[in-house]
Amino acid sequence: MKYNVDEKGYYGEFGGAYIPEMLFPNVEELRLNYLQVMREASFQKEFKQLLKAYVGRPTPLYFAKRFSEKYNTKIYLKREDLCHTGAHKVNNTIGQILMAKRLNKTRIIAETGAGQHGVATATVCALMGLECIVYMGEIDIERQAPNVARMKMLGAKVVPATSGSRTLKDATNEAIRDWINNPTNTHYIIGSVVGPHPYPDMVARFQSVISKEIKQQLTEKEGREHPDYVVACVGGGSNAAGAYYEYLDTPEVGIIAVEAAGKGIHSGESAATSALGRMGIIHGSKTLLMQTADGQITEPYSISAGLDYPGVGPMHAHLYASGRGEFISVTDDDAMQAGLELSKLEGIIPAIETSHALAIFKSRKFKEDDLVIVNLSGRGDKDLNTYIDYFNL
Amino acid sequence: MNRIQKIFSEDKKLLSIYFTAGYPAINDTVPILQELEKNGVDMVEIGLPFSDPLADGPTIQASSTEALKNGMTTRLLFEQLKDIRKTVSIPLILMGYFNPVLQYGVEAFCAKCKETGIDGLILPDLPLAEYKEHYKTIFEKYGLVNIFLITPQTSESRIRQIDKASNGFVYMVSSASTTGARQGFGEVQRSYFERIAAMQLKNPQIVGFGISNAETFLAATKDADGAIIGSAFIKMLSEKGIGGIENFIHSLR
Repeated sequence: MKYNVDEKGYYGEFGGAYIPEMLFPNVEELRLNYLQVMREASFQKEFKQLLKAYVGRPTPLYFAKRFSEKYNTKIYLKREDLCHTGAHKVNNTIGQILMAKRLNKTRIIAETGAGQHGVATATVCALMGLECIVYMGEIDIERQAPNVARMKMLGAKVVPATSGSRTLKDATNEAIRDWINNPTNTHYIIGSVVGPHPYPDMVARFQSVISKEIKQQLTEKEGREHPDYVVACVGGGSNAAGAYYEYLDTPEVGIIAVEAAGKGIHSGESAATSALGRMGIIHGSKTLLMQTADGQITEPYSISAGLDYPGVGPMHAHLYASGRGEFISVTDDDAMQAGLELSKLEGIIPAIETSHALAIFKSRKFKEDDLVIVNLSGRGDKDLNTYIDYFNL
Repeated sequence: MNRIQKIFSEDKKLLSIYFTAGYPAINDTVPILQELEKNGVDMVEIGLPFSDPLADGPTIQASSTEALKNGMTTRLLFEQLKDIRKTVSIPLILMGYFNPVLQYGVEAFCAKCKETGIDGLILPDLPLAEYKEHYKTIFEKYGLVNIFLITPQTSESRIRQIDKASNGFVYMVSSASTTGARQGFGEVQRSYFERIAAMQLKNPQIVGFGISNAETFLAATKDADGAIIGSAFIKMLSEKGIGGIENFIHSLR
């Protein structure tokens, strides 16, 4: 079986482009051009240069000695938290802003939940001098004031999404509606491996720099290209897609995806899509999503704003359905404890999203000589208020 | 010949109305349909509400949210419509997003449509290629007409493909926009209408999006065979209720 996208835009039975005709020309233009643009030498040169000089890549592959000792296995952390803007998100926004420029787009739109992708988009728009409009749920705007301020400082216009549940999924709907109304001059920078084909594939390709670096760094440090496991948290799934990418078709590398169980999978307040979802269509993609029996999309919950998306990218739906990926869900409480533990053991305060991936070691046992890579997707600065409230710091 | 194909054989400009099932009140579906027919509406699109209607503007979004709050579901809609053919004879089309249909089961949904007397479906996010590959034979088995949208940006070759795959009418979206986004037509729309008319498609064409009164209805149907009014009708319903339908329809033509 093949785990990457096929020529029709599907991962197994997931993916495709379930979009209204009003969006067809926009998405089709991208589909017809993205691979060719990405292959251009000048594109690759500029992309790599910016990742190096502006983002600060390559990010270190760090052997977490004390964390490894605690769990009696060998754990490396891929330090995406050290990227400019504090998370892996910027790998994708750099790629997409260069794509937008080559497609002669002058106006950029994006959706954001917690604000990380919004900040990463506003950042690259400032860098390139392009107009930037970020849609954000009205409720999230209230919850994430510092990131709203960041986007404004960077020159972006933040537009509240007031429809539906007024969170990430509605911000995404609003961004799509904007694109319908502005079909020629606008590029939509989606923040995860979701949406209609070619978005999941394009975003995964931009994020694949993570696993390309892991391969090289692991060779230098351990004399091997392949770890035994790669672990990443999955909301929409972009950091995970980047960390798995080079290993998708290497069965000896175990793929572990960690979802947010919220207050417990069956508590009614959860974002564990693989456990709770069924196949359906969200934001133009056929994938696993949380929905009612009637097919209405439901609102997920997680303490981590970056994981509360009601679907997963089609690549992850396929990894789950095929059994290639091992899916584990972690509660708010376990994630928060794991975040505190990594801070104390390694001097690294992780984003709460990432803390979910770190929490699996408590119950998922590895062999002493297993080599496990955890993608440390973001840093915890943005989550300080949540940590303060939770631990009464 | 199904009711949709039959009505286009009449020599007139068709007036079609869209409304969201379950709005303003949960049991309004049948009374609205009866009132529309009584006042001379030629065809109706019954909207199946969806939580994430990404091609719709604020008016239809709000009516969808409200309808879902009222408790509308696919099953309930079929239940409400089960005797509709005893009192309503104009063509009826269900319009909605693909996910609720997929969850109901595409074949079960189509079978239920036939049993109810539904003549066609408009599922804007069911792509042409998917339809042809997986669903065309099912739709045809149950005698359902599938209606595709085209926009001013749709290429000529794609319009030809859509025309070929259609057997009811082509839904011409008047401008690159979500529903209810604009009032009136400019030069861009007029030349688009003329361009499509000149293509001599095998299917009749109906214009939707941006039609709200007699003036825009007349402009839209200068070349096309009819026009659909959605957001403006829903706005009227939320202000005046079912009692406002008679005046609204008679103000249009």
